[in-house]
Amino acid sequence: MNLTLYVWRQKGPKEKGSLERYEAKHVSPDSSFLEMLDEVNEDLIKSGKDPIVFDHDCREGICGMCSQMINGIAHGPDTEITVCQLHMRKFKDGDSIYIEPWRAKAFPLISDLMVDRSAFDRIIESYGYTSAHTGGVPDGNAIPVSKVNADIAMDAAACIGCGACVAACPNASAMLFVSAKVSHLGVLPQGEVEAARRVKAMVSQMDAEGFGNCTNHYECEAACPKGIKVTFISRMNRELLKAIPQVEKKAAGGGF
Amino acid sequence: MILDGKCPTGPIETSWDRHRFEMKLVNPANKRKFKVLVVGTGLAGGAAAATLGELGYNVEAFCYQDSARRAHSIAAQGGINAAKNYPNDGDSIYRLFYDTIKGGDFRAREADVWRLAQVSNNIIDQCVAQGVPFARDYAGYLDNRSFGGAQVSRTFYARGQTGQQLLLGAYQALCRQVQAGSVKLHTRREMLDLVVVDGEAKGITCRNLVTGQIESYWGDAVVLCTGGYVNVFYLSTNAMGCSVTAAWRSAKKGAYFANPCYTQIHPTCIPQSGDHQSKLTLMSESLRNDGRCWVPKKQGDERAAHQIPEDERDYYLERKYPSFGNLAPRDIASRAAKEQCDDNRGVGPGKRGVFLDFADSIKRLGEDKIRERYGNLFDMYEKITDENGYKQPMRIYPAPHYSMGGLWVDYNCMSNVPGLFVLGEANFSVHGANRLGASALMQGLADGYFVIPNTIANYLARITPGKVKDDHPEFKRSREEIQGQMDKLLSIKGKKTVSELNRELGKVMWNNAGMARSEQSLKEAIKRIPELREEFWNNVNVTGVSGSTNQQLENAWRLADFLEFAELFVKDALHREESCGGHFRVEHQTEDGEAMRDDENFCYVGAWEFKGIDKEPELHKEPLKFENVELAVRSYK
Repeated sequence: MNLTLYVWRQKGPKEKGSLERYEAKHVSPDSSFLEMLDEVNEDLIKSGKDPIVFDHDCREGICGMCSQMINGIAHGPDTEITVCQLHMRKFKDGDSIYIEPWRAKAFPLISDLMVDRSAFDRIIESYGYTSAHTGGVPDGNAIPVSKVNADIAMDAAACIGCGACVAACPNASAMLFVSAKVSHLGVLPQGEVEAARRVKAMVSQMDAEGFGNCTNHYECEAACPKGIKVTFISRMNRELLKAIPQVEKKAAGGGF
Repeated sequence: MILDGKCPTGPIETSWDRHRFEMKLVNPANKRKFKVLVVGTGLAGGAAAATLGELGYNVEAFCYQDSARRAHSIAAQGGINAAKNYPNDGDSIYRLFYDTIKGGDFRAREADVWRLAQVSNNIIDQCVAQGVPFARDYAGYLDNRSFGGAQVSRTFYARGQTGQQLLLGAYQALCRQVQAGSVKLHTRREMLDLVVVDGEAKGITCRNLVTGQIESYWGDAVVLCTGGYVNVFYLSTNAMGCSVTAAWRSAKKGAYFANPCYTQIHPTCIPQSGDHQSKLTLMSESLRNDGRCWVPKKQGDERAAHQIPEDERDYYLERKYPSFGNLAPRDIASRAAKEQCDDNRGVGPGKRGVFLDFADSIKRLGEDKIRERYGNLFDMYEKITDENGYKQPMRIYPAPHYSMGGLWVDYNCMSNVPGLFVLGEANFSVHGANRLGASALMQGLADGYFVIPNTIANYLARITPGKVKDDHPEFKRSREEIQGQMDKLLSIKGKKTVSELNRELGKVMWNNAGMARSEQSLKEAIKRIPELREEFWNNVNVTGVSGSTNQQLENAWRLADFLEFAELFVKDALHREESCGGHFRVEHQTEDGEAMRDDENFCYVGAWEFKGIDKEPELHKEPLKFENVELAVRSYK
């Protein structure tokens, strides 16, 4: 199949970017979207031009590195998928495809389709963990975890940190990402101990990074390659409501 | 030279405990004076950086990805082994030790494997405490499943995303230390040189992959956790950025490279669909718990799977290995699939594939149960092939997956260059010539959480902290050398792209040093590799500049290193005149095609010393002694 691509090209964060037109010829419907871009890049190199810069690594949908808006949809037109797993059979011969980077204030652009998602790391650093020291922990079976809760935790923990939720949200909100981690850890007995401190710390870091708030568009859920549900956002909001008085009580010298 | 792994002697059951007591310690107040550089943030690196940070060392960690959470450990699907014996099916530390030694075809050190089996149980406890959502039963206890090469259920798992969940556990522990100020994280950095001063590792040279800046970092010790090198085959299950670069550049600075020819070809991958392909996708070996491998009995059978009646199917693994059946170890299962395809019984486009059929399990357990166990793998299969694995059998074919070989280390995980430690897949230590399923995650975390925190102190306690810093002239020299390489690569301006040459190297390696190797094929590779190397340095076209983001330049230096390393790989394969595990020399096989070891002449670790490009590397041998497991022919029949 033959396709016309319009790709966002921008040399650096301070330079002006624009959509450039490229022709992708003789694309195999069995190739992945990134393999199609590889071929376009080969042509660019051969004609002495700079290839398109894009993040990618595992190419099996789990590392979360690839990140492209394809025809205005984060990760493109398929359900629960990352760009690297999207295959060209989802397109038709003669299609025009618009490819852009994630756009969000908290994800500054580095080059072309590559953005800086270190804000996500800083949110996890703020309290996205249990404070278990290596060694000195009880046997793995010492604390039973109900299968229901283990399954909910796993549903939330499936997040790959790609940022599609932010890119898809009209407010560039990171609430699906943050709530997934808050829920994953909060629902397990091992993480529940610190749940109140965690949710407060993570939400304030999220705000400090400049992400927007949730106004119930649910675009994040639709874009999420791992099918993470917006119900986790409600769960996080409940946990935050419970947490605020608790954390303040502690600051005032009370226990909880 | 005869190498000494400095393994503890005496009863193996207490070897690690005695060794821990005998090692020197660093007092808590002194720990912060030592700076440790950890390169790579996968299971080994993430766990090591987090734990060393917790202990109070001053840690700097590096990864080439944009976040520490993306290292390729994340892609491991099936599970992690431990000798918990929760199912009460006869497992023990001794059995895990025994299975791993046997699975590795008697080419690993007993002491290292014992330690791995011993700490395996601590790993599960640690991960549970971190909030890793392992699968559980309705009573709330941890669930297990079986994996290849074992007759007990000892594999812990988190759906089909075990590697991801374990890595996130390590990443979160690492983030906790970043917050605490004990670890400084440098993302989008690639290590391009090891700085050695007076024979000891004292730092690294990196390229900042965003700005293109060449940077120096000093440390009192360097811990390499940079994974494996099977991207030397071009098409593999590794991530695109996985390379031999950090390990190879350390080898060029004096670290010995051990058993480079031991590579694992994983049996359950999705077959290649065309020349456009950039990587191969693996599906967890756990699928072989419920899937049955078969091919048509008739050669060149063009019928669709459902048209082939039961008595015209050959369930070749069940036929050849009745006691392990579809759960035969990876090297054996891969070779068996290749045999069927070479014999013109392959299926699917190109005929390089065998069926993995779930029909019986679906009949027995129902589609829902299968979906619960492997749903994400079936989804992935469908996204790539456009076929529904519940309705028709999957097609699979082996693909390069893991490297058992790696930098040589002693029992303390220290290379022959003092101060350079190597963990996880990057070292050679515990898997011998073949790794069993669910053992890579175990090794990465064992090395990172439980081995290095003990053994590094034994080295640091003997040196003065901060004696050499990045103002030492060796750092400047290293930076200039690396910048010179970048400038050279950019100045060639030839006709071929990096990926064209990369594919050519991959083809040479896969055809001549892949699943079956012969003297003739290896000699052909030894002839072709230097030619390709020369073509690369004269005719490659790398666009852009060195002072900014330049992904082509990154690919170019990784290929440059593979082009040097490949030659060592092949020389190792040629010198090892036996078949063992993943290393199959066609000259050395039994009548029914099984690998034939030569314990009399090759029961050693082959560690190679780099002597210069186009010069012969020097072989050092570390003899392997088996005092607890009897050297025997490995049989899974």
